Amino acid sequence: MTQRTMTMTTSDLSATNKLEDVQGDNSSFRGLETRAVHAWFGKHHALAGVSLRFPERTVTGLIGPSGCGKSTFIRLLNRMHEFIPSAAMAGSVLLNGSDIYDPSEDPAMIRLKVGMVFQKPNPFPAMTIRENVLAGIKLAHLKRDNHDDIVEQCLTRAGLWKEVKDRLDASGGSLSGGQQQRLCIARSLAVEPQVLLMDEPCSALDPGSTLRIEETIKELAEKITVIIVTHNMQQASRVSDYCAFFLTDGGPGYLVEADSTRKMFTNPSDPRTADYVQGKFG
Amino acid sequence: MSNVVQASDQVTIEPQRPWAVKRVVRATNAGRLALFAALAAGITLVSPLANADGWALAFLVVNLTWTIATAVRLGAKERRDAIVRVVVSSLAFLAFVPWLSIFISTALKGYKGLYPGYLFNDMRITSYDDELTFGGVGHAVVGSLIMVAIATILTLPLGILSGIYLTEVRGRLTFMVRFIVQSMAGVPSVVAGLFIFATVVQSMGRYSGLAGGIALAVLMLPTVSRTAEEVLKLVPDDLRSAGYALGARQWRTALMVVLPTVKAGLTTAAILGIARVIGETAPLLLTSLNTNGFMWNPIGGTLGSLPTYIFAMFMYGSEFSVARAWSGSVVLLSIVLFFFVLARRLGGRSEKRAKAGVGKAARTSVGTK
Repeated sequence: MTQRTMTMTTSDLSATNKLEDVQGDNSSFRGLETRAVHAWFGKHHALAGVSLRFPERTVTGLIGPSGCGKSTFIRLLNRMHEFIPSAAMAGSVLLNGSDIYDPSEDPAMIRLKVGMVFQKPNPFPAMTIRENVLAGIKLAHLKRDNHDDIVEQCLTRAGLWKEVKDRLDASGGSLSGGQQQRLCIARSLAVEPQVLLMDEPCSALDPGSTLRIEETIKELAEKITVIIVTHNMQQASRVSDYCAFFLTDGGPGYLVEADSTRKMFTNPSDPRTADYVQGKFG
Repeated sequence: MSNVVQASDQVTIEPQRPWAVKRVVRATNAGRLALFAALAAGITLVSPLANADGWALAFLVVNLTWTIATAVRLGAKERRDAIVRVVVSSLAFLAFVPWLSIFISTALKGYKGLYPGYLFNDMRITSYDDELTFGGVGHAVVGSLIMVAIATILTLPLGILSGIYLTEVRGRLTFMVRFIVQSMAGVPSVVAGLFIFATVVQSMGRYSGLAGGIALAVLMLPTVSRTAEEVLKLVPDDLRSAGYALGARQWRTALMVVLPTVKAGLTTAAILGIARVIGETAPLLLTSLNTNGFMWNPIGGTLGSLPTYIFAMFMYGSEFSVARAWSGSVVLLSIVLFFFVLARRLGGRSEKRAKAGVGKAARTSVGTK
């Protein structure tokens, strides 16, 4: 993996130690960036002041105990948060320097650029494997001629091609759980997102499928930005370049620390991070 | 030395079902039930109980008596278990009896009028009390199908759209739409007919199949939209989220992800609606009336239909006309049955395909081991 510059900053509100922003200039920053993002569900303040940077072609692991707002945070990154009727937010999310919550932005186009893989595999049951991969192209009215190539390429990148190439016309629901999840990844890749959000993609899978998906994630990071929520510390240390540690003290969730994965797991700045990654709580 | 018991290599192991009821016991039980059935038939003959329903009641009583008599030597728990089992299974059987007796008695009374030409002839030159080898019900079947088709064309898009509004859009009027649809389900069919008479029939100046179809649509809409809503509610939110996360707009997700997922369920919704209205008589008496000949034009005047055919034959009251009414009933019941079987088949096919896929996956994974 190539050497990458450390470009994470911690929350303005909760920072226990400020990390220097190496790249400095905001307008030239490529990738996804959040600035003092808050989230509410009705009156419940779920997430407070998270500022993070996700540089292009990196994998960032979001870790922390349940209920600390990790899932809420990544749903903010592709505007899925607003589907919850009582939801509200503050702050800004910048994709390559432009705010995705700007009123002129079309949320559907944002979700096309920032794809998402869910915790539970959710292939479309009425479609075949092939149709599932192409679903995004049809749903978003994208013009593509080389459908067969796209299917093969996406399934290969998701590590599923060899297993399903002879039965592309079988139902997506006929696959095993791990295969279904990789099909969902292939489906997300077909619309060529710049960022892929993964909300605990391996929590329902066996170790073998988990390993396959982790390999897939590493390959994906050569082309796109991956942000993955995980409860599995080993997984975070295996796949991610950077880690961000979230915590809650009963109130809203906040960011404790964000740094390179190596530093987070060997020599974190905050003692709570050290306790968490060593399994002392959470 | 090993403390693991080794199975002998000489013994071939056969698959067994130790939990299954022994064949002898099953034969004894079946024999006993047959005996009780005969006994119940005897009781029905000599007592005031009559018909199939009386027989079923006698059967229940005999069974219960036997169970209580034999349960005396069992423990308290087993006794309770045996009695409850006999009551529950007998009552389930009892619920089945009216359905069966309606079907059998209709078939017994109606088979006389059925002959190969019955489905293809009309009553234009045959009078109601002619011999049963003349005339037929073809015109009524055609009329019924025309009106049901009109009702389906009107209702299906409306029903599915209102289902989508209630489950996908969840707009501000959700409560009102649901309330109106539900209260429409309570409209008596004769009132629906009267309403269409006052509007469509009077403004057109004549009775017609179109008016009949619209009256049926009024009755069919609540069934279809209610079933469509229930079916759409079953689609997991995960699938909608997946659609949105792929950059799809709401209507496109509803159209391409949600609707195809419940195709079988929506077909069932349509067929249940059809089965609900195909036997409606009252609204048709006010909107399409009856004819004795084939009629293909839904706006050309009165249009015959199966229910009005049956009604007219009964009202005429001669021996042969009543027999014709029963034969018409057999045709009507068969059409309803056909639609129900069709709904089951269409609903089952996609399930079967999914199951076949699962079997395939299982085989493949076994193969790779």
